This record gives sequence, C-alpha cells and structure tokens, in this order.
Amino acid sequence: MNKKQINNILIWFSAIVLIILIMTPGLWVVLTAFRPQVDVMAKPAVWIPRNLNLIQFETMLFGGSEGSMGRSPIPVLSYLRNSLIISFTSTFIAVLVGTIGGYGFARHNFKHKNKYFLLIMLTRTIPGISLSLPIFIIFSKIGLIDTHIGIILVFVALNIPFTIWLTDGFFRQIPRAMSEVAMTDGCTKLQAFWHIELPLSRSGIASAGIFAFLISWNEYALVSNLARSTDSKTLTVGLMDFTAQFTINWPGMCALAVFIIIPALILTFMVQKHLVTGLTFGGVKG
Amino acid sequence: MRKFLNGPWVLLMPTLIILTCVVLLPLLLSLWTSFTPFKLTKPDTLYRFVGFRNYERLIGDLDFWIAFGRTVLFLAIALNLELVFGLGIALLINKITYGQRTLRTLMMFPMMFSPILVGFQWKYIFNDNIGLMNNFLREFGVIQPIPWLVDGILANVSIMAAEIWSSTSVFAILLLAGLLGIPKDPIEAAKVDGCNSWQVFKNITLPFLMPFVFIAMTIRSLDVARAYDIVQMMTGGGPAKRTELLWTLISRTGYVDAKMGMANAMSYISIFLSIAFTFFFFYKLIEARQRLSYE
Repeated sequence: MNKKQINNILIWFSAIVLIILIMTPGLWVVLTAFRPQVDVMAKPAVWIPRNLNLIQFETMLFGGSEGSMGRSPIPVLSYLRNSLIISFTSTFIAVLVGTIGGYGFARHNFKHKNKYFLLIMLTRTIPGISLSLPIFIIFSKIGLIDTHIGIILVFVALNIPFTIWLTDGFFRQIPRAMSEVAMTDGCTKLQAFWHIELPLSRSGIASAGIFAFLISWNEYALVSNLARSTDSKTLTVGLMDFTAQFTINWPGMCALAVFIIIPALILTFMVQKHLVTGLTFGGVKG
Repeated sequence: MRKFLNGPWVLLMPTLIILTCVVLLPLLLSLWTSFTPFKLTKPDTLYRFVGFRNYERLIGDLDFWIAFGRTVLFLAIALNLELVFGLGIALLINKITYGQRTLRTLMMFPMMFSPILVGFQWKYIFNDNIGLMNNFLREFGVIQPIPWLVDGILANVSIMAAEIWSSTSVFAILLLAGLLGIPKDPIEAAKVDGCNSWQVFKNITLPFLMPFVFIAMTIRSLDVARAYDIVQMMTGGGPAKRTELLWTLISRTGYVDAKMGMANAMSYISIFLSIAFTFFFFYKLIEARQRLSYE
C-alpha cells in the first residue's frame, strides 16, 4: 500500500467515527420510543432491538389501549396544537415584518445604518431567561400570561433580527439595476419590488421562514415562564414537565421527543443549502 | 411625507415598533426593577427605590460569583473546543470528494435538535441506571454505575459534552463553506515554491478562514444562553448547585424564590456578558474582513 491509500483509509475511518458520534444519540432516543419498557430497563442491556411496537404513540394520541392505565397523563395533543399555532403565526408575522425591514436595509443608505443593524441584532443576544423576567411582570399586569397572543408577540420579536440578517443578504445579491430598469419603464417602486425582487429572493425568504419556525418550535426559556397551563404550553415545555414527573417511563418520554424532532428534521433538510449561503453572504460581503 | 414614504424609515417602522415594545421597554422595566426590592408576592415593592442595594449584595454574594465564573469558564472551554472540532471536521470533509454533500447534510443533524431535546437525550445517555454510557461501560466490566449527573466534575463534563455535540456543527458547516471558497491559485503557487502543507495551512488557509471563524463565533454568541435549556433539563443546576450557571441562578431567584428585583439585577449582568461576547466577535469579524481585502 502506498502513502496515498493509507491516507484515504484514515480519512474514511475518521469520517465513519464522526457519523457514529453525530447520529447515535438522536437515533438511540428514536429507537427507545419504539421499544418495550422491559427491554429499556433490562440489565445487562439488550442491544439488539426486539419486539418494536407503537404502544407509546397510541397511548399518547388516543389515550391508553385496552388493559393499560387508561388515558394518557400527558395532554400531547394540546401541546402539539399550541406549538403549531404559536410557531406558524409568529413565523408568518416575523417574516412579513423582517422581509420589509431587510429590504429597507439592503436598498437604502442612511446615516448610522450599520449601527442600527447591529442594534437590531443585539436585541437577539439578550438571554431568553433575562428577557422573560420583565415580560412576565408586564404580561401578568395586562393579562397576557398563558395566552397564545402573548407568546406569539414575543416570538415575533425574537425572530425579526435573524430574518432581517438573512433577507438583507439575499436582497443585496439582486443587482439594483434590475428594479431601476423596471422603474424607468413605468413600474412603481412597489410594483418593481413585487414583480422582480420578491420572486428572485423567494428561496432566501423561505429559508428565513423555516429558520424562524424552528426557533419558535424549539424555544423553551421564554415559553416555560410565560405559559402556565395546557392552554399555551408547547411541546418543549411538555417534555420538560413530563421528564420531571415520570422519570421512569423512558420510552414514553422518547416518543414525545420524536414528536418534537420530526417537523424540525424535515424542515432543516429543506432549508440546509440556502442557510449556509445566506449566513455567510450576509457576513462576509457585508 | 412623500420623502418619508420613499425613505427607509417606513420600511423599518414595523420592526422598530415591535422591538421597542417587546424588547426595549421590558428592558427598561427590568432596569428599574433591579433598583427595587420587588418580590412577586408583594406587588407594592415595585415602587420602592433602593438604589444600588441589589447590585451591592450581588458583589458580596459568593454563590453568584461562582455561577458567574462557571458560566464564563464553561463558555470559554465549550466555544474553543467547538471551534477546534469544527475546524477538524471541516478539513476532513473538505478532503473527501465522494459523498461530500451527504456528509455535510449529516453534519446538520444536531442543528435541528432543540436545546431541550439535546438536554433530554444526553440526560438519557448519562442516566446512571439505564443510560447508554453506563450500559456500554458495563459490557467492558465497569459494574459500578458511574454517577454522571450527580458528581460535580462529571456533571459539568456531561453538560459540556451535550453542548459541544449540539453546536460543533455550526462551526463545521460555516468553516466548510469557507474552505470551499478558498481560491486554488495561491495554494498551488505556494506548493510550487516549496511550502509544506502546514505552512500552506498557516499562511493561506487560516487567514482566509478567519472571517468565517468570526461569523460562526458571532452567530454562536447570539445563542450561548441556550445552554440554560440544556442545563435545566439535565440537572436543573443541581445537585447542590454544582452545575449552576448564571441563567439557572436567575431563573431560580426570579421564579422560585420570587425575588424579581434581585433576579433582574443578575439579569443585567448576564445581558452585558452576552453583548460583550457578541461585540467582541463582531468587531473581530470586521477587522478580519478588512485585512483580507487589503492583502
């Protein structure tokens, strides 16, 4: 074997180790969701999966199957409903507002532009738990604690800065000349935006949207303090409550975890390509 | 009016209004609260101004400084390791020609996990009774279960492992994007001139990568506080405050002990910490970018 072959083998070996390290923790959780409790608790450990079943998911979605303890103690459907309502609504508003803002930054020069940009980004650095304290005080005064509207409002503010960062980068990739030509041909500014710049930056806006959705879907620190009951608790808070209460039912908890991961999994794969270009473009050529 | 409609402000107005209402005003309230002895159980205390008393108490509070120090140390170690691992992974994937795209996609796997989920899965892995780690070690004759999440040092190491697992890919992916964009000519030229691969890496690859390093650092510094979710899930800051970070301490002081005034004072310190992190890396980014364009 020559040196090059040894090198190749080493590279592939490290790549395989890497993939194992990355994939195992998540897959182990997914696998546990389908395994019977006995196997999970067995000692010595049962490594080869056997008797895979859907009991945990059935219990969660339709209440207990016959012979079990009856209805599921976890209101998964409420959590799921809240997560969906809050994430979709806040994403929609954040993308709407953020895209308009991103366009403003990309197409206009004004005094202290970079400082405003940085200031808007800085609102994102505030730790969720620090921001939750004053918002908690305000919301309990005006009755927005434990409501969808309150949480949506906070999530919109959370997602706007990043949407601006991404869309600003995408709008700047579109040559200004294109809309200028359209405008000399008689388009208004709004028409030029609507017919030229918006369609061209569609993929950027879509990835900003998916990103905002994921942030909302995954958020915990803020919701956990602004939600009090099943009226507004989301899946992440549900998982936390569940873990604190039922420390033994690992397959059940893993099933709930699978509920959280599936939408995130699909969306991230959809957005992955645009995300990297968006982030690095906004950063390097800015 | 016409000038206003054509200018940037009409476009930025919705953003500014929302951020003022949901971020700026609450921050002013929390600044005020940090100068009062406000307790959730006694609403009247919100209007009693006590000056810097909360901050003075914090200065003498050992628990606070331990949590503060642990947070800074935790971030320093975690971010540096993430950078080193991320760079290593990026260089590795860059070497692979067949299946590079697939590998890059697999790399994104941890990015889609919410921090609470990351905490959950590592709590499961490090569970002393049925966790993957101890089950695995038992196969090799380690019969006595290791108390991963109970022992002070091990618990911090476990949390660090979770944090690194979840965030290394951010570095790997952004640095890989940087590597793929490096022009080939200077590298070829250097090799012709007799540079070895370390010299090429140090003098060409690394300077070119620096802006990407700082982009990754800036993006990461925006969400370092996510570690709160992970810690809250894995240990809740315990046992006996052994894994307490600034953020779990704030949450406990504010919501469990209901001492909102004190929690807001701590909060302000944590906000300055985060902003300082972000500022530092953002200016490094601008600097590296300028250096690159001069050369």
